[in-house]
Amino acid sequence: MCANRFWGDRDDEILNAIVVLSNYVLIPAVAYGSQLALGALGVTLIYGILRFSNFAHGDTMAFGAMATILVTWLFQSWGISLGPLPTALLAIPFGIMATAALLLTTDRLVYRFYRQKKAPPVILVIVSMGVMFVMNGLVRFIIGPNDQRFADGERFIISAREFKKMTGLSEGLAFKTTQGITIVTAIIVVMTLFWFLNRTRTGKSMRAFSDNEDLALLSGINPDRVVMVTWIIVAALAATAGALYGLDKSFKPFTYLQLLLPIFAAAVVGGLGNPVGAIAGGFVIAFSEILITYPLKRVLKYLLPENLEPSTLVQLLSTDYKFAVSFTILIIVLLFRPTGLFKGKSV
Amino acid sequence: MIKVENLHRHFGGFRAVDGSSLEIREGSITGLVGPNGAGKTTLFNVIAGVLPPTSGRVTMAGIDITGMPPHALFHKGLLRTFQIAHEFGSMSVRENLMMVPGGQTGEVLWNTWFGRKRIADEERVLQAKADEVLEFLTIDHLRDEKAGNLSGGQKKLLELGRTMMVDARIVFLDEVGAGVNRTLLNTIGDAIIRLNRERGYTFCMIEHDMEFIGRLCDPVIVMAEGKVLAQGTIEEIKANEQVIEAYLGTGLKNKGAA
Ligand SMILES: Nc1ncnc2c1ncn2[C@@H]1O[C@H](COP(=O)(O)OP(=O)(O)OP(=O)(O)O)[C@@H](O)[C@H]1O
Ligand SMILES: [Mg+2]
Repeated sequence: MCANRFWGDRDDEILNAIVVLSNYVLIPAVAYGSQLALGALGVTLIYGILRFSNFAHGDTMAFGAMATILVTWLFQSWGISLGPLPTALLAIPFGIMATAALLLTTDRLVYRFYRQKKAPPVILVIVSMGVMFVMNGLVRFIIGPNDQRFADGERFIISAREFKKMTGLSEGLAFKTTQGITIVTAIIVVMTLFWFLNRTRTGKSMRAFSDNEDLALLSGINPDRVVMVTWIIVAALAATAGALYGLDKSFKPFTYLQLLLPIFAAAVVGGLGNPVGAIAGGFVIAFSEILITYPLKRVLKYLLPENLEPSTLVQLLSTDYKFAVSFTILIIVLLFRPTGLFKGKSV
Repeated sequence: MIKVENLHRHFGGFRAVDGSSLEIREGSITGLVGPNGAGKTTLFNVIAGVLPPTSGRVTMAGIDITGMPPHALFHKGLLRTFQIAHEFGSMSVRENLMMVPGGQTGEVLWNTWFGRKRIADEERVLQAKADEVLEFLTIDHLRDEKAGNLSGGQKKLLELGRTMMVDARIVFLDEVGAGVNRTLLNTIGDAIIRLNRERGYTFCMIEHDMEFIGRLCDPVIVMAEGKVLAQGTIEEIKANEQVIEAYLGTGLKNKGAA
């Protein structure tokens, strides 16, 4: 692997280091960060407008992904495809609709009762845990607890082999189609969301509700409508995030429960209730998690002279403990800056 | 116009509003005064649907509105301002005003994409209206300022401005004049009188400044310890022994004698 490694070739060394870093850290972290950002946006909207931390959000994402998968399989059986792109892209809108139906039903059956009683947020948090278990059961009942694959189309935009051939570098860089799609979709979704919140009357009525509920009510804004719109938008965010995560990794209901921690960490780090913060938080968590659990030796060996080359992997934390990263960041932020990096509501 | 009958609002064992009955005549500017903690704001909150009453009844033009949610009352023409000014902090002053007539076409998700022309028309009307209100209140230079950054007095003006965005029938003002300088106070007073005469607004206003009350209000209702103590013209109130004892204090009595 290091056959072309000699002292005069510093440029190649640095390029190789950059390639390794991009391949194993940068690209995966941007894709993962986009998924977390979409998840955290949903959490933050619910917190800002409905005023509780929704523990069922991870399982809402699982439900959205599941609905998307079922429709994808249906399309695949009909022979519908998007060519090089995954068929799931076509199925996401249907996944969103199914998720919206689920969330609106849940609101009608569960949350509305507590809202009308003006239950304090703590109660709603506990209620959302109950909802989480029900949704989790529902998903596993419908699609089973196992891994499901539903990705099709081209696997790579650039594969490691092509990249090596193209550049002549010893390290390869792979850019998966699902990563590209995740990033592009996240950008589109976020731009649409911000346009919606800042430019449309519906979005402004949601912000008004988040800024000051009493005043919004006394201005004649119908709370039921705001709540409904919020759930629909949360459904869109959750189903998209869930489907993208499933496409990029693989779909297994249990992993979505585990995603809850990094998603909440992202929302809290950014400042709960603040959409810009949720996005920033998503990337902070994703980069920290991947950078800390990645064996940096593979990068350093290109940058340091041979005699200084690290003998260990320079992996700060084993990947088994990656959730500890979110948790640690969460605690640090809560201790030193409870309103998050961007000004959100204090937790 | 508004009739409150034997209204109670208790917090635990504490009776913030303790059997108040009063009437606000259509077209009047009724003053509501009383010592701190008399239950005036609580009374407003119950009437405006923010707090449910413990017992009692509120009617508006003969219709029972007890416990009706605030946004429904808004659409019946009942508006109120807050003692501690509220605003949509993340929006500009103009956007704050434009939020007011809730229930626009644009608040339905579907219309965001399929009713754009109608929304644009409505927004244009609202914007013109907001600019007119800002000019009227002499704060048009603050139009694009974030409402969260306004001073306390400016926020009070914004509160009043909000009630001017629609054709209200009755407006409850909770100390709009507090913390506002003399000149501005006169502006507010003039605005209230004009809205009352030209647009037929009925007002009920809580205020501690007796001079301001005297200039605007007839009748004046005095509350103390959750109960209505007296009602009448400002002169009658100032002369009322009970009121002097409970609220105005002996200072005024001495002044009256001198
Ligand atoms: N949410 C609440 N919970 C408990 N007590 C309350 C609540 N709101 C008001 N009170 C109490 O009710 C009493 C009346 O308060 P209120 O705000 O109505 O007085 P006020 O007449 O408006 O006084 P001020 O002139 O100071 O504004 C006070 O003693 C207050 O402490
Ligand atoms: Mg008060």
